[in-house]
Amino acid sequence: MREYFAEDRERLKELGPKAMDKAARTEAQQGRRFRERLANNAALGVLWVAAGITVAALVLIILYVLINGAPSISPKFIFTWPHGVTAQGGIWPTIISTVYVTGLAMLIATPVAVLAAVYLAEYARQGRIVTIIRFAADSLASVPSIVMGLFGLAFFVEAMHLKMSMLAAALSLALLMLPIIMRATEEAIRAVPRYIRWGSYGLGATKWQTVSKVVMPWAMPRIITGLVLAMGRAIGETAVVFYTMGMAINLPLTPLDSGRSMAVHLYMLAVDGINMPAAYGTALMLMIVILGLNSLAHFIQRRYRKVR
Amino acid sequence: MAPRLPLRQQDDSLRAPDLAETTPQYKKAELIMVSRATQIKERALLLLFFLCAIVAVLGVVLIFAFVAVKAVPLFKEIGFLNFIAGTKWSVAKEQFGVVPFIVGSVVVTVGALAIGAPLAILTALFLSEVAGPKARAVIRPAVELLAGIPSVVYGFFGVTVVAPIISRVFGGAGFGPLTAWIVLSIMIVPTIAMLSEDALDSIPMGIREASFAMGATPWQTIYKVVLPAAKIGIIDAAILGMGRAIGETMAVLMIVGNAPQMFAGLTKPISTLTSQIVLGMGYSSGAFRTALFGMAALLFLISMALVLIVRLLSHTDREA
Repeated sequence: MREYFAEDRERLKELGPKAMDKAARTEAQQGRRFRERLANNAALGVLWVAAGITVAALVLIILYVLINGAPSISPKFIFTWPHGVTAQGGIWPTIISTVYVTGLAMLIATPVAVLAAVYLAEYARQGRIVTIIRFAADSLASVPSIVMGLFGLAFFVEAMHLKMSMLAAALSLALLMLPIIMRATEEAIRAVPRYIRWGSYGLGATKWQTVSKVVMPWAMPRIITGLVLAMGRAIGETAVVFYTMGMAINLPLTPLDSGRSMAVHLYMLAVDGINMPAAYGTALMLMIVILGLNSLAHFIQRRYRKVR
Repeated sequence: MAPRLPLRQQDDSLRAPDLAETTPQYKKAELIMVSRATQIKERALLLLFFLCAIVAVLGVVLIFAFVAVKAVPLFKEIGFLNFIAGTKWSVAKEQFGVVPFIVGSVVVTVGALAIGAPLAILTALFLSEVAGPKARAVIRPAVELLAGIPSVVYGFFGVTVVAPIISRVFGGAGFGPLTAWIVLSIMIVPTIAMLSEDALDSIPMGIREASFAMGATPWQTIYKVVLPAAKIGIIDAAILGMGRAIGETMAVLMIVGNAPQMFAGLTKPISTLTSQIVLGMGYSSGAFRTALFGMAALLFLISMALVLIVRLLSHTDREA
C-alpha cells in the first residue's frame, strides 16, 4: 500500500517539509481509501459474475436444446402424425392441440381479465372489496399448477361433465392466465397520463366513452404485450392440461375433443426415454414458440415506446 | 414472459381521481348532464366490470372449495393425524402419511432458495445499480426469457444434462435433491430477480446521490443505503420465489427421483408434495385419491399463506 503512494511521496519531498507533514497525517486516510476501493471493486466484480451466471444459464439451456433439437426439425416432423409405441414421425396433432387450447383459453380469459382490470384501475374506489379482489388475484397467480390441474379435473372435467376436453383445459388455463392479464392491463391503464382523461372529460365524454375511446387505445400496446406473455405461459403449461385435456394423441375438432399438447408430449417422451430425437425436437419447437412470443412482446413494447 | 409475477399491492396514487371523489357535492353530478339511457348504460357497464373483477375471487373460492371437498373424507378414511404426521406412505398397505413429502418439499425448496436467491438478488443489484445501458439491454431480456421457458423444458434439461453429471460425480442414478436444487434455483432466479429489481428501482435516486456526496463508494452505497431501503421488497421477492419453488411440479417430478421415502441424503431419490400428486393421480381411487387431494389442499394453503405474508409485509413497509 505504501508503494502505491510512493510516487506521490517523492513529489511531496520535493515540495518541502511542510507538505511532507501533511502527507504523513493523511496516509492512514489514504490507506483506508484504498481498502474501500478494493472492497468496492471486489463487490462489483461479484455482481458482474452473478449477472454473468444468470445469462450463462439461459444461453446454456437454449444452446443445448437448439443443438440437439435442430437435426430433428423438418417439415415432416412438424406436419406428420406420430405412430407406433415410440412415437416415430411427427408432432402435428400436438401442435394443433396446443394452438387450439391456447386460443380457446385466450378467448375466455381476455375479455374477463381486461374488463376486471378496467374496473380495478378506473372505477373501483379503494376499500375492502378491492383489497379482496387484489388478494384473490395474487393468490390465483400463485396457485401451484398441479393444484390448478386437480381443480380442473374435479370441477370442469368431473363436476361439469366436460370430460377430458379442449374446453375443460381452456377453462382451467383461462383461470391461470386471468391474474397475469389483469395485472398487465391494470399497469397499462395506470400508465396512461391523467391529462388525457381530463381532456376527454372536458369535451363532455362520459366515463365509458373516455375509457373505451381514449384510455384503452392508449394502453393497448402494453395490454397486448401482457396478452402475448400470458399466451406463452399457457403454451408451456403441462400439469394443468395433463389432467384436463388428457394425453391421447388426437386432432381436436370440437371443443369437447381431447388431445395432447406439445408440453405433455415432451414430458411423456422425456420420461419414457425411448425416442430422444423426437423429445429434443419437441423441446426445440416449444422453445421456438415461447421465445418467439417473448420477442414479439419486446418488439411491441419497444416500437410503441419510440412513438411516444 | 412474466413469471407468475405475484404482484405487489398497488398504490392508488396514480389513478386519476374523479370529480366525485375529490369534491363531495359533485358525488352525483357525474351523470346528471347526460340522458337517462346513457346513465343506465354507464351503470350497466360498471356492473359488468365489477362482475368480471369478482371472477378472480370466485376462482380462488372455487379452487379451494373443490379441492377441499374432495379431501374432506380424509378425516374419516385416514384420520387427520395419520395423514399430517404419518411418516409411512404405502398405497398397498393403505398408509398415507405425508411427512416424507413435506420434508421433501422443504428440502428441495430451501436448497433451491439458498442457491437461487443470492444469485437473483445480486443479478437484480447489478441490473439496477451497476449495469450500463448496454449490459442492461442484454441481461434484462435474458432474465425475462429465463422466466418464459416452460418448466417441462427445465425438467427435460435436468434429466438429460444435470442428472448424468450428478450421477457421474456422486454415483447413483443422479435423481435427487441435489439435481432438483440446481434446476430449481435457475427456475426461481427470474421471479426473484425481476421483483427485487422492481423494489430497487422504486428507491428514490436522491438517497443514492446523498450517499455518493458523502464520499461513499458505489458498493458502500449499495450495501449501507440501497439494500436496507429495499429490504422488505427483496424479502417479498424471495418469499414469492419460494412459493414458485414449492409449487413447481413438472420439473421437480422429472428430476427428484420420486421415491416415497424420507430424505436420506443429497443424491438419494425423494418425493415432494407436487410430484407425488402427479405420480399417484393417474391410477388413484378411494382413500388414495382423497389423500392426494388433501396434499393439494395443503399446497393451496401454503401458497395462500405466502401471499398473505407478502401482503402484510408490504403493508407494514408502507406504513413505516
